[in-house]
Amino acid sequence: MLTLESLKELKEKSRPILEERLRKEDKTEVRDGNIVLKGDYYKKQLRIALRNFEIIKPDDIDEYIALEGYSALGKVLTEITPEEVINIMSESYLRGRGGAGFPTGRKWAEAFKYDSDKKYIICNADEGDPGAFMDRSILEGDPHSVLEGMAIAGYAIGSDQGFIYVRAEYPVAVQRLKTAIEQAKKYGLLGNNILGTGFNFDIELRLGAGAFVCGESTALIESIEGKRGMPRTKIYRTAHRGLWQKPTVINNVETLANVPVIFQKGAKWFRSIGTEKSPGTKVFSLVGKVKKAGLVEVPMGMPIREIVFDIGGGVGEGRKIKAVQTGGPSGGCIPEKLMDTSVDFESLAKIGSIMGSGGMVVMDDTDCMVDIARFFLDFTVDESCGKCVPCREGTKRMLEILERITQGKGVEEDLERLDDLSETVRFTSLCGLGKSAPNPVITTLKYFRNEYESHIRDKKCPAGVCQALLEYYITDKCVGCGKCAKNCPVSCISGKVKERHVIDAGKCIRCGTCIAQCPVSAIIKK
Amino acid sequence: MEFKFDLKENKGKLDKFRAFISENKEKKGILMPVLQKAQGEFGYLPAEILEVISKDLKVPISEVYGVATFYSQFSFIPKGKNNISVCLGTACYVKGGEKILEEIESVLGIQRGGTTPDLKFSITPTRCLGACGLSPVISINGKIYGELTVKDIKGIIKDYR
Repeated sequence: MLTLESLKELKEKSRPILEERLRKEDKTEVRDGNIVLKGDYYKKQLRIALRNFEIIKPDDIDEYIALEGYSALGKVLTEITPEEVINIMSESYLRGRGGAGFPTGRKWAEAFKYDSDKKYIICNADEGDPGAFMDRSILEGDPHSVLEGMAIAGYAIGSDQGFIYVRAEYPVAVQRLKTAIEQAKKYGLLGNNILGTGFNFDIELRLGAGAFVCGESTALIESIEGKRGMPRTKIYRTAHRGLWQKPTVINNVETLANVPVIFQKGAKWFRSIGTEKSPGTKVFSLVGKVKKAGLVEVPMGMPIREIVFDIGGGVGEGRKIKAVQTGGPSGGCIPEKLMDTSVDFESLAKIGSIMGSGGMVVMDDTDCMVDIARFFLDFTVDESCGKCVPCREGTKRMLEILERITQGKGVEEDLERLDDLSETVRFTSLCGLGKSAPNPVITTLKYFRNEYESHIRDKKCPAGVCQALLEYYITDKCVGCGKCAKNCPVSCISGKVKERHVIDAGKCIRCGTCIAQCPVSAIIKK
Repeated sequence: MEFKFDLKENKGKLDKFRAFISENKEKKGILMPVLQKAQGEFGYLPAEILEVISKDLKVPISEVYGVATFYSQFSFIPKGKNNISVCLGTACYVKGGEKILEEIESVLGIQRGGTTPDLKFSITPTRCLGACGLSPVISINGKIYGELTVKDIKGIIKDYR
């Protein structure tokens, strides 16, 4: 069992061992006194939540301790009162990184206020946004930072029990967490009488079971209670009556990973990074049609363009960027012309998207925005829990309209209907899932209305995605080899050898076989 | 297609599972972990097992079904020996995940969510495997295959036959 003294000794002892290993591996360098990853990809990044990611070995608690790990917990437990912890948290103005951006200090203060025999800290690790993997990376690469953050939160509000609700789709993360909890318990950094201070805090893992809505805090609580993950009517805040009706604080993985650093370096330091209303950094998973996909952590306020081009290297050769999608199914598609918008909670909300948990999917001119809206609605319809009518029925009707449009059966009135339905679902749904579900439709209608119009009026998909609207056409590049005709499954291609072939559009099933077969790329979709 | 659950053949597993229930049944909110344990132990949730859970935990069978059907991880048919999860998250979708899924369906001759009659393969479409940097991806028994093209599929599946 460690004490404050022996924790320090262990740090002194482990640090040179870690440094020696890193020197041998030669993938890190020292910048402003911090060990950071080497390479151009990391030059423009500032890593706080990901400070240890790919630097320490995640299953070795000594390496975490070597880089100041658990020193914040030690300091908090021995030097300051829970009220002061909450004050520092409020001063730092750390905002929830799970999407909504609620100030963490206020959450803690609220839960602190209520007297109760039991209080709970929950780590929301049910990272469900498709296209986002920040939380998984933190859990797999630096699990102790989350445990330490939870213990500090527990001390602040007077809780002795934490739960981590983690997706079952992340088996490695689950394993790393198990190992980390065991190690921390062995060192007396979790469990009873932590660091000899008399403070008790235990953490239990709970696995999700593949329901996106369980990322919503009250649905998550229902799920831990062993019920269907359906959101509650918000009569009380969870900080007042949450898990088993006790005061409960739910923080996201990335939020918690920020907590220890704030107590190491101070609230002032934290506020000096990012913007005034969105201090600190944010981790994004930069993916899709971008050259260098990966995890990116940057100070809030950086323009989207800088992230996509300077760090991500832009889109592939010969392609044109069309949009950046942030916030997953709850977010919106940001068009190229608005890419100088800075990433912070307010700016993104202003243009109809949200920060969300940090998915950033880059789309180019071969992506159809109507189809993307349809894709997200398909997701929401599937994941809607069915408790409230606007979400259950409204999203379904919206999906039907979008499917019609992508199949070339859209009519002019559909756009107005989509606008109407979006408003209704947005304002009347019970939880965040429903309230934000129309966002992909609203933003694509706003910024890419012309694409909807070509689908409806001209029955064309400008990006060449919607199968039903495509016409395959053989250009004069054709050398008449006959390969396409031989392989066509419905025999709709005809022509003489060494002469240009023709596709019978009426019979064509648009399977794409001919395009794949053509040796001279003479077949196009239009 | 019908799959039979043989209570006699699974007696050893069943005893172990019931021991797990009785060790944990006092814990709050234990229904989900019990269902997860059952799925892990038997590969799926046979009706017979759901009844055992209902009786041992003293939770109405309607509630057990209510919870089990709510979450997409729970399956009421056996999973194949090799479970192929196909990612349909946004990053994989824009990079052709749907086409990969269609190819796997045609190679195995079953639909998404299905299991081959010889219990060798099943296809599970998933929302996001969190490997977006490698999109499009599939995972077979937890092993990730990334940056796939439709042409890769036959070869990958062959290795598991």
